Amino acid sequence: MEKELWKGNEAIAEAAIRAGCDCFFGYPITPQSEVPEYMSLHMPEHGKVFVQSESEVAAINMVYGAAGAGMRAMTSSSSPGVSLKQEGITYIAGAELPCVIVNCMRGGPGLGTIQPAQGDYFQATRGGGNGDYRTVVLAPSNVQEAVDFVQEAFDIADQYRNPVVVLADGLIGQMMEPIVWHEVPKRKLPPKDWATTGKHGRDHTNVVNSLYIDPAECDDHNHHLDAKYAEITKNEVRFEERDCDDAELVFTAYGTPARIAITAIEQLREEGYKVGLFRPITLWPFPEKPLHELAAAGHVKQFLDVEMSSSGQMIDDIRLAVEGQKPISFLGHAGGVMPTVEEMVEAAKKALKEAK
Amino acid sequence: MTAKVTFNSDRCKGCELCVSVCPKHIVAIDQETINRKGYHPAHVVDISQCIACASCAKICPDSIITVEKF
Amino acid sequence: MAIVYQKSAGLTDKELHYCPGCNHGIIHKLVAEVMDELGILDTTIGVCPVGCSVFAYNYFNCDMQEAAHGRAPAVATGIKRTHPNSPVFTYQGDGDLASIGCAEITHAAMRGEKFTTIFVNNAIYGMTGGQMAPTTLIGQKATTCPLGRTKEQAGMPIRMAEMLSTLDGCVYAERVCVTDIPHLNKAKAAIKKAFQKQLAGEGFTFVEVLSTCPTNWGMTPLKAKEWLTDNMIPYYPLGCIKDIDAPKAEVK
Repeated sequence: MEKELWKGNEAIAEAAIRAGCDCFFGYPITPQSEVPEYMSLHMPEHGKVFVQSESEVAAINMVYGAAGAGMRAMTSSSSPGVSLKQEGITYIAGAELPCVIVNCMRGGPGLGTIQPAQGDYFQATRGGGNGDYRTVVLAPSNVQEAVDFVQEAFDIADQYRNPVVVLADGLIGQMMEPIVWHEVPKRKLPPKDWATTGKHGRDHTNVVNSLYIDPAECDDHNHHLDAKYAEITKNEVRFEERDCDDAELVFTAYGTPARIAITAIEQLREEGYKVGLFRPITLWPFPEKPLHELAAAGHVKQFLDVEMSSSGQMIDDIRLAVEGQKPISFLGHAGGVMPTVEEMVEAAKKALKEAK
Repeated sequence: MTAKVTFNSDRCKGCELCVSVCPKHIVAIDQETINRKGYHPAHVVDISQCIACASCAKICPDSIITVEKF
Repeated sequence: MAIVYQKSAGLTDKELHYCPGCNHGIIHKLVAEVMDELGILDTTIGVCPVGCSVFAYNYFNCDMQEAAHGRAPAVATGIKRTHPNSPVFTYQGDGDLASIGCAEITHAAMRGEKFTTIFVNNAIYGMTGGQMAPTTLIGQKATTCPLGRTKEQAGMPIRMAEMLSTLDGCVYAERVCVTDIPHLNKAKAAIKKAFQKQLAGEGFTFVEVLSTCPTNWGMTPLKAKEWLTDNMIPYYPLGCIKDIDAPKAEVK
């Protein structure tokens, strides 16, 4: 298959169209505006729906309506816009609707900056909205993965009737990279017989709803959701281990920093340092067990977590998984500054020296 | 005219909107009865005067009144 | 024996949770009767709000979605754009539509979304216990303006039907009430017209129904009817505010 040069955001949009996205609702925000721009032109060409909403709040609620009516629905935004979407996301999770949400992260808090960052890890994995819910979070580290994950996200969402977040950052969204449009495996999906499409002779009304006013019923609903989340955790955990077989120091990183870490590891290996990379691909469900097992390996002396975040957010999940078995140090920048290969190499050498 | 007005009295909330719109003033609250919701339900006191206009039924917020005519 | 009137097939058999005399039940049945008469119960998708009518999905005998507070017009947009041949309506109160959801309703009307909104204006927040709404009248007491609303503190009440009628995408806006049979008949005719214009694909249609809230107004249902007539109608005049025919309804 031929390689094609695509800009990340446009590739993400095209991937959604190829995945059978029926409708896109969005609002402009840097650095993801190319997604709605691309969709505005190309969704109508495919007979699909594009609406530029009046706000991120409206966009996610349009997703709710369309998803509730059985459609493959998508929205995208960047950090401050995703904050606005949190209300809709908790309703979508509560009503068990499938949808795909792309967050092309930028620096925060508040308006922050338009440059790439990873300050939305907590928001994505803990849920920025109210209540006990989870969203599946896929974290691509290059444009090819963004394209593949967006396509698969629609199937994951439909399989579990749950929102799926593709958590990219401004670098992935803005960067042009060669990609290959290959077939993404299709899943066997349940029928959407719950959707509000009009009764059309059905003997009951379908209702899309997250309200369970009776406390016992609400408790039951939450336990039902929890059982679903356990199923997702069992089936969907993804991660990548690179050069970990003999590694004394293991970088932990996702998305763009993981990509930078690969070059740092190559340099360190050339200098004789035994280093590797553990890269969570699903941030929720987090690859807790494999990381715990890696931490238990005798050759692993320590971890170095690298994030585009000032004091780290994923590092909380790293600590929970490592469970104190090995020390964890941290390297991070926020506000749109990306950690460099040199910084990673230096931090790794320092950590290894201190361990001796 | 012979009319029949049926109240699903268990569901009546005694709001009196039906009483207020009856042109013949023959709908009243039955002070002798308390329904399962704890309200005095509405009823027709003189069916012989009923013209089956269904005003009571149309305005009933709980849609508990059925009107028939022969 | 002929049936003159019976409960509409557009309503389910669920018992309504509304307070005695609350106009929601009347407005529900008018919408239900219109859907039944137009033969669209099998195709319609409704969206209910947060507020007293939050459980409306239990009562309408058609597919329903429950929206977040104020977001029903956005939810309805998502439904209607992907199901252009299905009748779609939102049913919203004044806190939901005129306050927290003011942006969503305004932009749905601006875009000329082809759904119908039934706006129930009772000048107060009912479900949360009688707080001031954007539609609460000057001098009217509420639990967050216990001495009565003042212009200085809260501004003047908002007239949504007039406001939305300024938008080209809104092809029909009428204000009605259901205090007695003549008014109720007019209200039903307005709701029917709104649905018919939607089915003809003309644009956004809006019916504002003035409603009582006996419980939070602190009155009997009959007193509340009088209060509505004496106080609400002078500020929120009844009648058709906008009705443009299909050719002119095209959003330029």
